[in-house]
Amino acid sequence: MSDGLLAVPSGVRPLLTVEHLSMRFGGLVAVDDVSFVAGDGEITAIIGPNGAGKTTVFNCLTGFYKPTVGRLTLDGARGKFLLEQMAGFRIAQQAGLARTFQNIRLFPGMSVLENLIVAQHNKLMRASAFTIAGLLGLSVYRNAERAAVELARYWLDKVGLTAQADWTAGNLPYGGQRRLEIARAMCTGPILLCLDEPAAGLNPRESSELNALLLAIKQEQRIGILLIEHDMSVVMGISDHIVVLDYGRKISDGTPEEVRKDPAVIRAYLGEDERAELPPEVAADLAVAQDGRR
Amino acid sequence: MAVQAQALRKGFDVTPVLKEAGIAAFLTAALTIGLVGFETADFGSGLTYTTRFGAVAWAIVIVSLGRAALALIRAGQALSALVGSLVAASAWTLVLLTIEPDSPLVWLRPFSHPIVNWTVVIAALIVALRAVVALRRHKTAVTMSERDQAMDRVGAGIQQVARWVGPLLAVFALALPFLPFFDNQRMIGVATVILIYVMLGWGLNIVVGLAGLLDLGYVAFYAVGAYSYGLLAQYLGFSFWICLPFAGLMAATFGVLLGFPVLRLRGDYLAIVTLGFGEIIRIVLLNWWWFTGGPNGIQSIPRPSFFGLPFTASPPEGTESFNTFFGLEFSSIHRIIFLYYLILVLALITNAFTLRVRRLPLGRAWEALREDEIACRALGINPTNTKLTAFALGAMFGGFAGSFFAARNGFVSPEGFTFIISATILLIVVLGGMGSQLGVVLASVVFVSMTEFLRGFEQYRMLFFGAGLIAIMIWRPQGLLAHREPTIRLHSRADARALK
Repeated sequence: MSDGLLAVPSGVRPLLTVEHLSMRFGGLVAVDDVSFVAGDGEITAIIGPNGAGKTTVFNCLTGFYKPTVGRLTLDGARGKFLLEQMAGFRIAQQAGLARTFQNIRLFPGMSVLENLIVAQHNKLMRASAFTIAGLLGLSVYRNAERAAVELARYWLDKVGLTAQADWTAGNLPYGGQRRLEIARAMCTGPILLCLDEPAAGLNPRESSELNALLLAIKQEQRIGILLIEHDMSVVMGISDHIVVLDYGRKISDGTPEEVRKDPAVIRAYLGEDERAELPPEVAADLAVAQDGRR
Repeated sequence: MAVQAQALRKGFDVTPVLKEAGIAAFLTAALTIGLVGFETADFGSGLTYTTRFGAVAWAIVIVSLGRAALALIRAGQALSALVGSLVAASAWTLVLLTIEPDSPLVWLRPFSHPIVNWTVVIAALIVALRAVVALRRHKTAVTMSERDQAMDRVGAGIQQVARWVGPLLAVFALALPFLPFFDNQRMIGVATVILIYVMLGWGLNIVVGLAGLLDLGYVAFYAVGAYSYGLLAQYLGFSFWICLPFAGLMAATFGVLLGFPVLRLRGDYLAIVTLGFGEIIRIVLLNWWWFTGGPNGIQSIPRPSFFGLPFTASPPEGTESFNTFFGLEFSSIHRIIFLYYLILVLALITNAFTLRVRRLPLGRAWEALREDEIACRALGINPTNTKLTAFALGAMFGGFAGSFFAARNGFVSPEGFTFIISATILLIVVLGGMGSQLGVVLASVVFVSMTEFLRGFEQYRMLFFGAGLIAIMIWRPQGLLAHREPTIRLHSRADARALK
């Protein structure tokens, strides 16, 4: 565990590079000199106890906060962008970074399909010649809208909401709203999908469906996925690479296997001397880790 | 007493009912003793006061009885409430119909104004209706969500009906100047005023209903439109048809001007700033006297012509007027009908634009912005542009309506653009149901016809509006006809039913 900056398996192209990211709110240091790399076509997970600064990292990436210090580079199919210098909406519009929220933020009064069409706003706005072609009902716009509906239908099929397409989004059950938010983010055509606790509040069956969905997105769309998650079955099951934060600092970075065995992670999650109270599987892992060190 | 006895026999506790009636009586007393009990009167020698404690006593009795009836319904004694309220209503009607003002029993007529007296009867009938509903449903109270669902079904039903009611109304509006009863100057004038409010309501609906930006200063754009035409005509001699697009453009510019500083504001804060903006425009018009005419306004603004043909009885030598060109007898109603059609066309354009733009990316972005601005930003929607276009386009239609207003009246002054107009337009949008086009029409018709035909009850008009607004806020906070249909569907309605 040296710098950890290049903790990406060789052969994977870095998509997002975070260098020396710090975010201070007055005297509070929420994120303290964090650096990591998320590879293209990989699932990178950010984990850590509550208050570790995970969501702050997300908010810096997506332009909701301006980082105090740091360089955030997104280098993908659309070119190279320095995210810390871009206005919030441009990060999604131009750099191609889409996100979901910890507490779901749909357009609850609009229909499921409309949510997915709004996500394709910029494309449709150009096709409607900034409303003029749309007002005149030109075929350019009608074709673009038809294509947008097709894309929406594709993602509705993917997340299993096709039958509910005309429902009011706020009336969907919780799990459906989570999946709709992912579908909506995908409808923007991102190159990096950022998911803030996508499995929060899901039952075991739903979170295993989520795993399958995220793996399918990774394989079929060949985009990078960055996720914050507490649910270890999701994190360990699908991540290619895990970054662990604690009190705003990065304490570990590597493959799931490496992170699982890292004593710093175990200390952060379980405290120093509480081995007696550990669940058996963690205790076993811990023993293996210590054997390895000996 | 009989009611009480019957109730007691069933083991029904009468105390809460009496308690509620007592509280209502106390509140009524507190409210009315000062406001109703004393009346200032001019006795020639000076100002003095008379007392009306009879009316206060009646008010207390009526309110506590009504409250008791409602409490009875809630306690499961709907039948006794029904009987009681029907008896009260019929006794009251009898009194109002038979007792003449000079009869010795005149003390039975509690209030001096017939409207107030009849309101009591209506209130009693409403209580009776409520009791009937409770009896038929075998339920004491309707929960809020049940009522919301029921009202939403009504809204959905109306929206279904709106598909053919809308065109039907448009046809009616087109034929109106030639229909019997409506074919006189007064009725066409009223219809024109209604259409001005409909157009303003539709314009404001873009800002408030679709984009969800609470604008309390909409009258400013109406004023900008009116003064644009007035000033251009006065200083440069431009005709109405040249000024109309310019007035819209001017108002849209002011919309953007207002939009910029308020981009980051939401809700209450936005409302306060827009309110201030409306006042600023009015005060500037009032004080910039050497340009705008100050409080005198602009007099004798030229009336619009029929594509170059003026509406005059005797056109200057060598030119033609509307009546000589079409070989008609001169009549002043020609211009009134023409103005009516002009505002009808303008209003229909506003409506067509709104309906169309709702189905375009811009309109969907407005609605998305109303739903969640942060999510919009995360999807790459530029919130600045989206808000500014909503302000600009809403303002533009206000500007068109303003320039029409100036052309119709031939006179504008700052007095015509006070906050009460903004409040009225907002009231029309909110009462009708935010985002509901038909709701705006309904609310405008109700509002303007009440203003026009209830002139005798001028003092009570605002009371009715206030009561109406309170009733809507209690029972239908979304507005009368609010029901949102998706702007695009994946499954047709038939498919959707099959899926269910």
